[in-house]
Amino acid sequence: MSSAPLLEVRGLNAWYGESHVLHGVDLDIREGETVTLLGRNGAGKTTTLRAIMGILRRREGVIRLRGQDLLRLPLHKVAQAGIGYVPEERGIFASLNVSENLMLPPTVSEGGMSVEEIYNLFPNLHERRSSQGTKLSGGEQQMLAIARVLRTGARIILLDEPTEGLAPVIVQRIGDVLVALKKRGMTILLVEQNFRFAKKVADRFYLMEDGRMVNSFPGHELDARMDELHEVLGV
Amino acid sequence: MSTIFGIPTPALFGQVLIGLINGSFYAMLSLGLAVIFGLLRVINFAHGAQYMLGAFAAYLLLNYLGIGYWPALILAPLIVGAIAVVIERTMLSRLYGVDPLYGLLLTFGLALILEGAFRHWFGAAGQPYAAPPQLTGAVNLGFMFMPIYRGWVVIASLVICLGTWLLIEKTRLGAYLRAATENATLVQAFGVNVPLLLTLTYGLGAALAALAGVLAAPIYQVSPLMGTNLIIIVFAVVVVGGMGSILGAIVTGYVLGILEGLTKVFYPEASSIVIFVIMAIVLLVRPAGLFGREE
Repeated sequence: MSSAPLLEVRGLNAWYGESHVLHGVDLDIREGETVTLLGRNGAGKTTTLRAIMGILRRREGVIRLRGQDLLRLPLHKVAQAGIGYVPEERGIFASLNVSENLMLPPTVSEGGMSVEEIYNLFPNLHERRSSQGTKLSGGEQQMLAIARVLRTGARIILLDEPTEGLAPVIVQRIGDVLVALKKRGMTILLVEQNFRFAKKVADRFYLMEDGRMVNSFPGHELDARMDELHEVLGV
Repeated sequence: MSTIFGIPTPALFGQVLIGLINGSFYAMLSLGLAVIFGLLRVINFAHGAQYMLGAFAAYLLLNYLGIGYWPALILAPLIVGAIAVVIERTMLSRLYGVDPLYGLLLTFGLALILEGAFRHWFGAAGQPYAAPPQLTGAVNLGFMFMPIYRGWVVIASLVICLGTWLLIEKTRLGAYLRAATENATLVQAFGVNVPLLLTLTYGLGAALAALAGVLAAPIYQVSPLMGTNLIIIVFAVVVVGGMGSILGAIVTGYVLGILEGLTKVFYPEASSIVIFVIMAIVLLVRPAGLFGREE
């Protein structure tokens, strides 16, 4: 594991208006790795993803994808550099049907999944491809939000709380999908509150508190650190 | 002579046709306004001036360069669309994210400057612009005589409205536009160049107004104030249809045009206010407009 990181974040500070929300965040993800950000609500996990994507514009520090500086790029160039974003609110468009939602993000590089592969992975979406995007169930919308970025050829996907508010059977299904993506060599940065879900897929964890990275450890240490985590996360 | 409700049929159909012609212009203009408002959240007060510019572009192309009606149908929208692209890049784009009132004030100011400049150069009186020879004359429809040019305008406007609707509802570009209308930041985060999409949308809206202006030139005279007179009604159409609703703008444009024509037959005194009365009623009953979504 000596290779240079695919995504490298150094000393990242970010602001919402006047309020300073990220304080020198460091983060590395190597090619093919799945890394999970843990932390309480308001710890800065979603903000970290939004700052990496460039949706949050007021940032300082270093964000590099395969050595390319993302901080200077306009928002639409960040996706083109090879990042797929699955927002917490899922962002399914009501005025587009399922198929149009799926086809919306432009291809950013070769090697994305074909539409057939995606429909094989998510048969429900194929059945409902002509339905209005927001008429889908919460679980189907989450699958559509994930499926949407798999088509584009993005090398790394940022997944914000994909299991939030979903039934256990759907959570299971999304877990299977992430495992399948890992097998294909996809790099994943996951924000997740659900330990059992995260444990199944994560190679490494980062722990955030008050806009700072306070700890990081490999996935197999999760069980041993449960007491510590309960204290920090207050769960 | 046959009558309907005591009105001679030729008079009735004559007014319906005039209503349909006016409705064609209401539909084309409110369509552009709706597209621009939907994505840019800008109330484009320069829309009437852009319509006037389209008519003047056709007039100037003919009188200074000898370029006739058919090429002008393509060239005038391109010229006015290009001007609009420059306006959006240099001025309007600076106002996104601030109170929408600024966009309204900017475009209103631009309209005043454009109309003032053209009045200075050409006077307030209209300039004639002849219909192309292929479209002069009239046909007997059995129940009335219809000037061929007017029939052409109705058909052309239907094709333009249908084409724009298909572009927005059925193409990839249209999907970007609809999605960006809902959540522009996310669409841009997916890698779509949204600033460019905004620029093109403003250019397209202005080009539609200019195309309507060229179609209008042989019917109404080419005058600096032709847009001012029309735009107030068009705003009422957009409000009735529902701000930002494409289909609402088209359907409401034709329907209100015809209703206005019928009012001229049955109760002429009310014909100039009927659209505004309908607007007031719609605002009371359905504030989001007939086809609008509550936000």
